[in-house]
This record gives sequence, C-alpha cells and structure tokens, in this order.
Amino acid sequence: MTTAIRTGNRRARKVDFDLPPKNALPSRRGKIAGLIALIAAAVYFLGPVYWLVVASTKNNRDLTSTFGFWFAEWNLGANYDSLMSWTQGMFWRWVGNSIFYSVTAGVVGTLFAIMAGYAIAKFSFPGKKVAVAIIMAGLLMPVALLTVPLYLEFHALGLVDTVWAIIIPSAVSPFGVFLGMVYAQSVPTELLEAARIDGAGELRIFFTIVMRLLAPAMVTIFLFIFVATWNNFLLPLLMVSSQELKPVTLGLFGMMSYFSPNKGAVMLGALLGVLPLIILFFTLQRYLRSGLAAGAVKG
Amino acid sequence: MTLTTPPTVAAAAATARATSPTRKGRGRRGGARREALTGWAFMAPFSVLFIVVFVIPIAVSIRASMFSEVPSGEGLYGGGELVEAFVGFDNFAIAIANETFWAGMGRVVLYAIVQIPIMTIAALGLALLLDSFIVRRPGVFRLSFFLPYAIPGVIAAMMWLYLYTPEVSPFMQYLPEGTDFMAPGTILLSMANMTTWTYTGYNMLIFLAALQAAPRDLYEAARIDGASGWQIAIKIKVPLVRGAALLAVLLSIIGTIQLFNEPTVMESQNPWMGKGYTPMMLTYNSLLGAVSPSGTGMASAYSLLMAVIAGGLAIVYAVLQRRKGGNS
Repeated sequence: MTTAIRTGNRRARKVDFDLPPKNALPSRRGKIAGLIALIAAAVYFLGPVYWLVVASTKNNRDLTSTFGFWFAEWNLGANYDSLMSWTQGMFWRWVGNSIFYSVTAGVVGTLFAIMAGYAIAKFSFPGKKVAVAIIMAGLLMPVALLTVPLYLEFHALGLVDTVWAIIIPSAVSPFGVFLGMVYAQSVPTELLEAARIDGAGELRIFFTIVMRLLAPAMVTIFLFIFVATWNNFLLPLLMVSSQELKPVTLGLFGMMSYFSPNKGAVMLGALLGVLPLIILFFTLQRYLRSGLAAGAVKG
Repeated sequence: MTLTTPPTVAAAAATARATSPTRKGRGRRGGARREALTGWAFMAPFSVLFIVVFVIPIAVSIRASMFSEVPSGEGLYGGGELVEAFVGFDNFAIAIANETFWAGMGRVVLYAIVQIPIMTIAALGLALLLDSFIVRRPGVFRLSFFLPYAIPGVIAAMMWLYLYTPEVSPFMQYLPEGTDFMAPGTILLSMANMTTWTYTGYNMLIFLAALQAAPRDLYEAARIDGASGWQIAIKIKVPLVRGAALLAVLLSIIGTIQLFNEPTVMESQNPWMGKGYTPMMLTYNSLLGAVSPSGTGMASAYSLLMAVIAGGLAIVYAVLQRRKGGNS
C-alpha cells in the first residue's frame, strides 16, 4: 500500500493499519448502501435529541406553529424562568439530588462490588460456589419486581422517604460483582504472594495493590451503577414523597403530569436533567465499552 | 509466614485445592482457614447489602402475599381498624383470576414478541455495518447510536409523548391525515419504538465488542478462500456473537416483563389506558390502592407471579436456544 509515501502523515498511517487488505473492503455499491443505512440510523437516533434542543427554546405557540426542526423566536430565557417557577425553585435541587444519589451509590457500590469480585477471583472459601450462583441469579432477577417488597421492608424499618431508601438498593450491583470478578482474575497472583511474603496485611494489599491495578475496572463499575441510579424511576417513585428528596426524573414526571405545562419549559427541564449524564457518558464512554466487552465475551 | 508442615503435605493440599490461585506456598491448615476468613471478610460488605436488598424482600413478599388487610369489623361501614389476616393462597387465586392482570401480561408478551426481535436485529445489523470498514471512523456513528441510552427512560418517554402529540410534533403534519400514535391499536407499537430507540445502541455496543474480540485472521482466511463480505458476515460473524445475542435477548425479556416507565408516562396523558395497563403498573397501583383489589398482599402476589412467569419465559427461551444450537 501507500504507507511508505504517507509516513509523514501520522493520521493517514494509523488508519491504514486498521484497514484490511484491499480485496477485503466492501464493494462500491455495498459501501453506498451501507452508508445510507448508517446515516438513516443516525438520523433516527439523533433526530429526537436535536428536536429536544430546538423545542426547549420555543414558547407554546411557536411549538405548534413553526417548523419543528428549526429555531423560531428565541424563548430560552422565558422557558428557564417558567421551569424555575413551576418547580418552585426545586429544579437544581432535584438535579443535585440525582448527582448525590448516583455518586454515593456508585462509590459505595463499586467498592463493595470490587471487594466481592476480588474475593471470588483470588480466594477459596467455603460457600463460594453457592455465593457466586446466588449473585448470578441476582443478575437475572427482574429488579422492578423487587421494588414493591423492598418498599414494604424499608417501610417496616422506617427508612421510607429518606435518602437511604434510594442509596442502599442502588448500591447493590450483581453486575458490578460479575465485572469485578472478571477483572480481578487479571491481577497476578505472584504479586499478591510477594506482598504477603514481604509482610503486607490483606487490607493493605487490597487498598494499595489491587485497587490500583483495578482502577479502570472500578471506573467502569462506577459508571454502570451511576447510570442505573440516575435512570431509575420506580424506586424513587415508591420510596420518596417529599419534594426535597426527589431526583430529577421524578420531579420532571410530576411537573408533566400535574400541570398543563409550558411544554418548552418541560423540554428544557428534560434537557438540563440529562445533560450531566450525557457529559459523564461521553467523557468516560470507553470505560462503559470495556465493561460491555467483558460482559459480551464472558457471557 | 512459617511452614511447619512437611513439604509433601503442602504439595498434596495444593493439588487438592488447585482451583485456588492463592494456594501456592500456603499449605498449612491455618493458612487455609485464614484464607477462608479473608475471603469472607472481603465478601461481607456486599453480602450484607445483597441480603438486605435481594433476599429479605423476597422473603417479605412471600409472607405478605399470604396475608390480607381486613377491617376488624366493628365500624359502621364494616370499617374499624385494619388488621392483617392470614389468607393462605387466596391472594394468588384472586391474582390468577384477575382479567386485568392477564390482559396486561398479554400486552407485554406481544410487546416482547414484536420489539425484541426488531431491536436485536437492528443492533446486530448496525454492529456488522460498523465492523465492515464501510466508514473509516466508526466512532462518530457509534456515539450517535449510543446517545439515547444516556437519556433516562422516563425522560425519553416524555419526549416521545410530545413527538406523538399532533399539535407539538415536528413530523406528524407530514404524515397521512388521521395518524394517531396514541390510539388503542397503535400505542403499544409507539411504546415499543421508545424502547427500541433507547436500547438499540446499547445492544449494538455489546455485539460490536464481541465482534472485535474475534481474531481478525479468521476473516482474512475466509477472504483467501473466496468468501464474500456478505458470507463472512452471515456465516462467521453472526455465529460469533451468538452468545452475546442470547444474553441480550434474555435480559430484554426480563426487562420487558417489568415494563413500567413508558406506559406510566403515556397513561398520564391517555387515561383510557387504565391503571393496570401492564402487570407492573397493576402491581404498583394496587400497592397504592389506585386499583381494586388492592393492598400489600395483592401487590406481593402480583410481584411473585410476575417473577415466576419471567423466570419461566427466560428458562424456556434459554432451553430452546440451546437445543437449536445443539442441532445445527
């Protein structure tokens, strides 16, 4: 190929390395058809999000009367004001709650999951097989069905309408343990043995060696728990009733169903409510992909 | 650590427990006990929370499903204090006889039969396209397909609700007169579209990961043998992602049985759907007392019944797939 000529251009060279030999490339017609399919799919997936951005800048009248996929009179400020007044100034509190629940559940859940995964991968102890089987069964458990009995349990414990009612259930991630187990297998046993011979305690080994080696895996687990907590709707719907404790999903749903709302304001709320998640997602998406890869290959 | 036992015993112990990677040089019985203790110590925090969040609720719901809240009977309207009474399997009998429950179950099963194949095939198709060097930089497409997954289900449902509302929707004016996305005959498909929109990219990433884990030499070898791109996709790549597809479909079945967010949002603007449109809505609303029969006992009975049905469907699906795989 032409690598020799292009060596000055690093970008072109890198691409060439990824490509198969010329005869393995798709035919011209196949390529065009494939490209059309990909672009159509991109329009389907991105179109609604783009519309959400446009709609959040319009007032109710322009929403119905102007072309949907382009901007009309700029009404973002008024929509923001009406979002604030309709949520009685609680909107940013709700976003803050979502961040708080997701971060807390994510940090605690990740630590516990990686500890359990490490124990399963690197220690032998009685009852291990049973524990693994139960955790894997939990992976397939329809979690929504647990929410009703969970409510009964937390009601009896007096934890309903507290932050614990959201954080404790969200911090338990069988998938996190599964990922932790897969990744912890890659920790070299010799390294652990060497540390033991040097007299390091188990806790010290875990916190200084294992956690450092598994840091990327922990980011992955954290992301999965964070996203699941942020997206959960049924759990806060059952567990939380005070306005001060609502996450943003629940708050927006209440806003949509109780008022005959300014739709542009609802759209703006939806947009602002998912923005933190989208930013996190795209800065850390390679970790999500590595987690999915581990699940796909082992599953 | 000091070794007090003869090396042969240590070696025997090591082979006996060859499964444990940490066994090396730790033949002592005390070492084994210490290892067991350490293992459980690391397991403990997760185990405690797991028991609180998974095990106890199951026990609680089994107990609650056997009880019913009945008035003690002194009041004027048969009222008075509500007391719990043991009713055995009565709640299950009522749930099984409840037409609303089975109508809802029928809806989610229909939903699953339509939505899961469409989503899985679309995800697989997109993964194959991105894996076939049609575009040099698949990253942009990958990200845009995956973006909807970052949007919480409720918020996505609210957005689609507006997209389906004729006055607000940006595209409905271009559709034939009388198109109604929220009529009794179409609303299930409209909700299936929401789920497809949210989860196709996620499933596509799973397939893409499985495809990219396969050795590239495999494709090259097939090329040299004269296979076309299409043949490679169907005969080599699709079988490669079979395991991932099985898991994705299984998780989708389990997810669909508990369908709640989308119908709840839709119902808020389309009250004709009723509070028991899907089994999960029925369960939630019977706990709240918004449908009759209600109460914790009924809600628990519905939950358990759904868990059994979901588990049954998942097992049937897994067995069918395995048998099919064994024959071919």
